[in-house]
Amino acid sequence: MVTPMSTLAELCIVACSEAFRGNGEVIATGVGPVPRLGAGLAKLTHSPGLMMTDGEAYLVEQPVPLGPRGDCKPRFAGHLPFSRFFDSAVWTGRRHAMVTPTQIDRFGQINLSQLGGTHKQPKTQMLGVRGFPGNTIYHPNSFFFPAHSPRVFVPGEVDMVSGVGYNPARRVPGGNYSGIDLRRIVTNLCVMDFAGPDNAVRVVSLHPGVRFAEVQEVTGFLLIDAVEGETSTPTDEQLAIIAQLDPHGIRAGAIKDNPPARRAA
Amino acid sequence: MIATIAPMLDKRMTAAEIVGNLRDGMTLGIGGWGPRRKPMALVREILRSDLSDLTVVAYGGADVGMLCAAGRVRKLVFAFVSLDAIPLEPWFRKAREAGAIEVLELDEGMFQWGLKAAAFGLPFLPTRVGLGTDLAELGGLKTVQSPYPDGEVLIAMPALKLDAALLHVNRSDWRGNVHAFGPDTYYDDWFAKAAAKTYVSCEELVDRMEDHYPKEAQANIVERCFISGVVELPGGAHPSSMPPAYGWDIKTLKAYADAAKDPGDWAAVAERFVGGSEADYLASVGGNEAVAALPLPVF
Repeated sequence: MVTPMSTLAELCIVACSEAFRGNGEVIATGVGPVPRLGAGLAKLTHSPGLMMTDGEAYLVEQPVPLGPRGDCKPRFAGHLPFSRFFDSAVWTGRRHAMVTPTQIDRFGQINLSQLGGTHKQPKTQMLGVRGFPGNTIYHPNSFFFPAHSPRVFVPGEVDMVSGVGYNPARRVPGGNYSGIDLRRIVTNLCVMDFAGPDNAVRVVSLHPGVRFAEVQEVTGFLLIDAVEGETSTPTDEQLAIIAQLDPHGIRAGAIKDNPPARRAA
Repeated sequence: MIATIAPMLDKRMTAAEIVGNLRDGMTLGIGGWGPRRKPMALVREILRSDLSDLTVVAYGGADVGMLCAAGRVRKLVFAFVSLDAIPLEPWFRKAREAGAIEVLELDEGMFQWGLKAAAFGLPFLPTRVGLGTDLAELGGLKTVQSPYPDGEVLIAMPALKLDAALLHVNRSDWRGNVHAFGPDTYYDDWFAKAAAKTYVSCEELVDRMEDHYPKEAQANIVERCFISGVVELPGGAHPSSMPPAYGWDIKTLKAYADAAKDPGDWAAVAERFVGGSEADYLASVGGNEAVAALPLPVF
């Protein structure tokens, strides 16, 4: 049953959860409220095999709610500290991460490190590459962007390639790139994938009321129109699970002005 | 005839003695991760000294930010610098945006791979990580080809050999038998093994670990042959977290981050975040009781 009262953030959470469908026994890591709720929703609905942590170092079978937990104590089923993360989850390919880089380009190359300037003196220093180089060459990755714009979906290439994409010019002959597996991009406007010719980015669904031309206009590179329909709006069951995983309503701050899933006509 | 060597087993030192063993230009590893389990009291002791021209190797937090802000860092080896709740470390950003430091930027996993290469005395360890990114070119990382029929070309992650490493642990005895608790001890053990000398500060110093805590030997994350010096500094991770003893101090971290904007001058605020002595510093943040009462973070 479709609920008209759902928000765009909730619609995006459901779209993010779809990225994890059928993934089996892999660590699902959603960084940020919307991807994390998406991973939790996936585990509690269609993909119970997913594994996830409490956000720190323990594996939990019941996704941990966002924010202060009150009397609700997570129950630990396993241990996956950073000290074991690369050997167990990343370098074995047993993980699917959904993250929000600062920039992404038409090859799926991502940047979290710096903007402008030089490597010696960047104009804007951000976090650093973190685990992106290893994540992207070893296991599946998906992305969520709360504000679709050409500053995020950049023309040309990202300022600093922190994560590997499908750019043939950046491949060293003899390297093994078989682990590169970019799955889905969910934004405040649409859902995309990398299933075009030579892994070109395609729009596969538009959120209610969004037109393809509008998405293209705020994207710095050409998109393929492979729209099959409207992105699904959340069901009552999905909304109930999302509310349970986000009791403080942190999702309301995920997208500017917290708009409804269906735009006003 | 085999000479009997009596090793110096009493490894107790003062923080000033530990820093006195460090030299300008050294490569210094700092354990912990972001704002977690950082040997901040030893970092503050460095900031009270003249030690300079350091190559710092760290999963960075305020340790890196402060050393950069104080102009002690020539080169930084890093994968990120973050205060978690305050994602972008403002003093590190200032140093980077001023072009003030050299950097070797690495992936988090290849970073620990470099520590492991150093620990094993290998020149490098092979990995796919870094291929297809800007890291190899920016870091001067070379490739190697597998000599086996697969012929795969891999990045040769160079050993991150450390002249010294600093760690903060929950307990130690005077011989350097350490215990580290909490959900995650990150790569502290590999920092110790990658370093020529490792110095640990601890929340609690005991006489003989086997007499005091014989049932918790699994918390001994690294053997004492890798530990050169020990000092008891309760609250020594503040303002970073030291589970299960205390969480990070968000109030202090926020004040520290805000100070990067206003006044924006480290010299003007160093006294507040370093203190004239460790006792002065701890008193300024409410003493050990206040540190012990800091709640553990929720992720």
